[in-house]
Amino acid sequence: MTLSEAKQAVVEDFSMFDEWLDKYEYLIELGKKLDVFPESSKTEDKLIKGCQSRVWLDSKEEEGKIFFKADSDAIITKGIISLLIGVYSGRSAEEIADDDFAWIEEIGLRENLSPTRSNGLASMIETIKKKADSSRNNG
Amino acid sequence: MKEWFPQLSEKVYGKPLVYLDNAATSLRPQSVIDRWTEMSVKYNSNLHRAVHYTAAKATGEYEDARKQLATFIGAKPSQIVFTSGTTASLNLLAFSFGEYCVGEGDEIIIAESEHHSDIVPWQMLCQRKKSVIKVLPVDDTGHLCIESLPSLLTEKTRIVCVAQVSNVLGIVNPISRIVDICHSKGIPVLVDGAQGIVHFPVDVSEIACDFYVFSGHKMYAAPGTGVLYASGDWLEKLPPYMGGGEMIGTVKWPGSSYAPAPHKFEAGTQNISGVPTWCPAIETVEALRARDTRMSGIRDYVLESLHAIEGLRLYGEPARPEEKIPLFSFTVEGVHHEDLALILDKMGIAVRSGQMCAEPLMDRYGVTGMLRASFAAYNTMQEAEYFIESLNKAISMLK
Repeated sequence: MTLSEAKQAVVEDFSMFDEWLDKYEYLIELGKKLDVFPESSKTEDKLIKGCQSRVWLDSKEEEGKIFFKADSDAIITKGIISLLIGVYSGRSAEEIADDDFAWIEEIGLRENLSPTRSNGLASMIETIKKKADSSRNNG
Repeated sequence: MKEWFPQLSEKVYGKPLVYLDNAATSLRPQSVIDRWTEMSVKYNSNLHRAVHYTAAKATGEYEDARKQLATFIGAKPSQIVFTSGTTASLNLLAFSFGEYCVGEGDEIIIAESEHHSDIVPWQMLCQRKKSVIKVLPVDDTGHLCIESLPSLLTEKTRIVCVAQVSNVLGIVNPISRIVDICHSKGIPVLVDGAQGIVHFPVDVSEIACDFYVFSGHKMYAAPGTGVLYASGDWLEKLPPYMGGGEMIGTVKWPGSSYAPAPHKFEAGTQNISGVPTWCPAIETVEALRARDTRMSGIRDYVLESLHAIEGLRLYGEPARPEEKIPLFSFTVEGVHHEDLALILDKMGIAVRSGQMCAEPLMDRYGVTGMLRASFAAYNTMQEAEYFIESLNKAISMLK
């Protein structure tokens, strides 16, 4: 699946929900299914601290692609992490760095990700972008 | 109540707003909004510094607010310093008091349940003066360990800082006993009344504390309004915090003299439109107190309903209900406070979640944050029931 196909798939999934609570229920389900992030990897350097939820983000590069792993102590945040990883993990640095992240707005999650919510998600997106940028510049 | 507080008619996400974040800031009554607007529209002029009509009018309104506040808390007008809020009052006091009588090795005692505004200014002072902070602990139920207070007091203790009601625990602290213990050793007491004064009458001469601080915006007045009250001649003794504006006596190159208190502490242009809103705010507090005794019913209902929720831990467990203001901070086992707050938000309910500006207290209870619902006199039993019902629904979604 290409990046734009992956984004389109998420937008289509979310278009089925009329009600906010349904969206949250879906995110909670995604959050529960997110790949296990080992407790031993939840180190201070991977922690993005917020007043609300905490987010841990880890990344590695293999054969020109960046792979992300992440976790949170809050389940809705975890659901959103699952979406972000599904869309961006395993893409090239160029693809990620050039992306506009507009799909987040399209599915109505912009407010959940705004820095004023003071959770780690806004910083997580920044970290993903920075990782892609530095990887592209080094490559 | 909707005619009094227009924001109560607002909708969020198409649902009626249920505002339960009153401990952060209260809603404004129409009378406050009207006074605020009137001051900006008709009487905008700087204070104390001109002979023209509008300046005299604005100054009159400003000083009338001081008189009304003094009556409201049982003080003299000259003992009331206007600030921008509780945080500003605490910073002013920590600086001026520190300059006056805190030196190397001296000790400041702060309750473990204090919010950051009553911790950080004292830490800044300690850094400057090489003085030390000692902590008065809270127990598991959220009560201050008063019995350990006498042993904390030494010859080096300069001041004891404690909230009348913690913004997290909601328990009314035994201030008079604390004051008695401290005064018996000649140690002054600062009381942070930000969460107390809106919920019950306060008479500073009865409390007999040395300093009492509170915010206007938590008791219906305009934001950017606050008070520092000081008993006796403290304000005469303490040096000013900021210089400039009308806080001066005379200014010459070799040095300046200062205006008498309280003006000595009111440097620069003051909150011309905001301060006069203290008057309608006080009238609102008094009117609500006179007409309404529902709050204890709401408090008891919420307390009982929260106790009935499995896995819920309340922080600030009262020994008897009267000890608690209608402010409830809690966590639910296996459920994150942010998730609860996000879902309640979509149901139209505004609650606070997170560390609530009291990180040391979060550490004390071993949590990264809590959820807090805080009620005001305009909240209804219907809203309390909707909150409990929504909370149960949110928990079942998340578990």
